Amino acid sequence: MLDQSQGYVTADGRQIGGVLMEMKDITLRFGGVTAIKDISFDIHEGEIRAIIGPNGAGKSSMLNVISGFYTPQEGEVWYKGAPRPAMKPYEVARMGVARTFQNIALFEGMTVLDNVMTGRLNHMKAGILAQAIWWGKARDEEIANREHVERVIDFLEIQSIRKTPVGRLPYGLKKRVELARALAAEPSLLLLDEPMAGMNVEEKEDMSRFILDVNDEFGTTIALIEHDMGVVMDLSDRVVVMDYGKKIGDGTPDEVRNDQTVIDAYLGVPQE
Amino acid sequence: MLYRTAGQFKTSYKADQALFPIRQDAVLLAIILTFAWVIFPMTASEFAFQTLLIPILIYSLAAMGLNILTGYAGQLSLGTAAFMGVGAYACYKLIEVMDPILAILLSGVFSAGIGVIFGIPSLRIKGFYLAIATLAAQFFLVWLFEKWAWLYNYNASGAIQVPNLQTFGVYVTGPQASSVTQYYVILGIVTLMTVLCINLTRGTLGRTWKATRDMDIAAELIGINLMRSKLTAFAISSYLVGVAGALFVFMWRGAAEPNLFDIPLSFDILFIAIIGGLGSILGNYLGAILIVGLPVVLNTVPEALGLEIKSATVEHYNIMIVGALIVFFLIIEPHGLARLWALIREKLIIWPFPH
Repeated sequence: MLDQSQGYVTADGRQIGGVLMEMKDITLRFGGVTAIKDISFDIHEGEIRAIIGPNGAGKSSMLNVISGFYTPQEGEVWYKGAPRPAMKPYEVARMGVARTFQNIALFEGMTVLDNVMTGRLNHMKAGILAQAIWWGKARDEEIANREHVERVIDFLEIQSIRKTPVGRLPYGLKKRVELARALAAEPSLLLLDEPMAGMNVEEKEDMSRFILDVNDEFGTTIALIEHDMGVVMDLSDRVVVMDYGKKIGDGTPDEVRNDQTVIDAYLGVPQE
Repeated sequence: MLYRTAGQFKTSYKADQALFPIRQDAVLLAIILTFAWVIFPMTASEFAFQTLLIPILIYSLAAMGLNILTGYAGQLSLGTAAFMGVGAYACYKLIEVMDPILAILLSGVFSAGIGVIFGIPSLRIKGFYLAIATLAAQFFLVWLFEKWAWLYNYNASGAIQVPNLQTFGVYVTGPQASSVTQYYVILGIVTLMTVLCINLTRGTLGRTWKATRDMDIAAELIGINLMRSKLTAFAISSYLVGVAGALFVFMWRGAAEPNLFDIPLSFDILFIAIIGGLGSILGNYLGAILIVGLPVVLNTVPEALGLEIKSATVEHYNIMIVGALIVFFLIIEPHGLARLWALIREKLIIWPFPH
């Protein structure tokens, strides 16, 4: 269990738990380029944590470090109170980290239902032979997981497109299906890489509502990257601000909004 | 009209996930199975067995193997014929110690092993580059079939001859076996494999494969072990291809030389899979019917019409017409005959309304 003594209460009165994930002095380099430099921050259980920053600040790289796609040269990732050894992305996913992608990464050849079902893969254990015969455990498992997937589909209001091939869907819906796939995995930590990129106002409102609902109903911890400042400030409990691979701010939306370094990074500094 | 789904309600996920959620599909399949299991064997001539029924089934099985790998898991392969060869040679060695049908089913295990070994490059390379890597299997294995005399029991011709063998007192292989018996053996094996493949492709493993095919990075980030996914695809694909290879030689050709398993056979099977439809089980049958059946039809039509055409000329026409048809089908439906059927079916379900 996590150490709950580190929990806090948010501005809107929600009780936040202990530290779920902690980044300790992470440095990530690609050859001579330092994408992330000595960054530390933590993500508490049950909170919505945003990572913001100008383009090229290293936000996506940070998310990729969390999801195990990149291994940092220095620093440690602590997860559920223990340092996480270097592992493959699929192993990280099996530890309860699910994510969505900046550019939609759905399986275009499959239906919405099958896409969301892939999110359940780590919960399905039947052997190949049992699957081939489609009997006993394999079939029960398929049906049990289908029920779970249907709950997610209901939750995100995509019932009507259940059996539509993903390739035929419009952009906004694809984003929602991607969220469904990540949610189906019942993650402890949900990573959202620009969940509202390219959406119109209405779609953004829908997506914001879903993110809040997910956090509220399932208690899922969410870490998100987003460019729309209005959305970020409204949604998140705490914000990390990055610029040129460094952390320049960390705190509640209000603290960050009034931080001079952050304002300088976003608005620029007047020439002397 | 024929495909009206009105009144067919699904009240459980089990019913919704059934093999045939639409009743008409089940009826259609029952009709096809009746033809395959009862009517064809009773009516077909020796010629029909040897030029149509048996080869169509065997090619369908081989294409199904390739389709698992290329169509479902997205790993391009040009080594199909070589893996068929592994199945055939393994079967040749196995019949010395066991029942021929058991030997055929087990021979796939050997090609599966070899397939996994040649599938290892897929962990690092993709697409056309992988296809070239599988060509290595094609050349290496055919060379091995020629040079490793133990495989063909050191006989002088370098070819394998299928002996007369019995299962439960009935000849199933060799010149003494009747076509009907062989047809039933093949049909039984192919039907079984088809059922298993349908189940695999619609279940967890199938989704793992399709995820690997559609977006491998995303697949890995949602928790799919790509190595496992790709290698199981290679193993199961090569198993099916190996069994098809054993059937090819033991139930149809009766003899085989190493060059039988050369690239042209790989291409034939790739054509069947592509024209039939990648990522479809039904497509393999449609493709095999087209590729195997068309030349037979083209050969017999001029004769039936009383036209005097030299057989060599017919052969040339054959190649030209089949080639043109392949291009034609790929233009009207790049996703193959199976997709064409799926679209027709979709239209029939909502007929007479356009949407």
